[in-house]
Amino acid sequence: MADVPSQGVQEPFDLIRLSLSERVFVKLRGDRQLTGVLHAYDGHMNLIMSDVEETIMIVEPVEGAPEGEGIVRAVKRNLDMLFVRGDGVILVSPPSRT
Amino acid sequence: MLIFSVFKTLTDQEVTVELKNDLCIKGTLKSVDQFLNIRLDAIQVLDEARHPHMMAVKNCFIRGSVVRYVQLPTSAVDTQLLEDATRREAMNQNKR
Repeated sequence: MADVPSQGVQEPFDLIRLSLSERVFVKLRGDRQLTGVLHAYDGHMNLIMSDVEETIMIVEPVEGAPEGEGIVRAVKRNLDMLFVRGDGVILVSPPSRT
Repeated sequence: MLIFSVFKTLTDQEVTVELKNDLCIKGTLKSVDQFLNIRLDAIQVLDEARHPHMMAVKNCFIRGSVVRYVQLPTSAVDTQLLEDATRREAMNQNKR
């Protein structure tokens, strides 16, 4: 590890490190997702983000429809500065470089 | 440890804690520990109609593991400092 340059992706967490101060996409348990600017993280994937938009997917059951099907409704909410507990995090995706 | 330090700097600030059962509690952050257990004073439950049993509660201790989010006061957070501290901690983790 000694002669490894500090830049570049060597281990999974490096991908998150290089996303600091960038807008990231975070998928959470409970059909929630966030986009926001990442400012801090730790080994538990606890995150601190700002300018966050949360999207919650809610499935509304429809009369007569089979179990597990229904209308999917997205509820959105904006939050200024947010701490996200790591145990709810499924994935963190860096900004798309296009 | 980094996030623990962040919360320590936020003591006596107004925060909103959202729990995994969707209960939102706003209050003054009195203390925090290494498990990110949180003690709140002068609490107010958002959407009291849905949680009438919480009306009489004025302060509380929240187990860290039941927290989903904590909404922080933007003005009390130095984002540049956070990013530098995070990079430093990531470096130290790599050395081990």
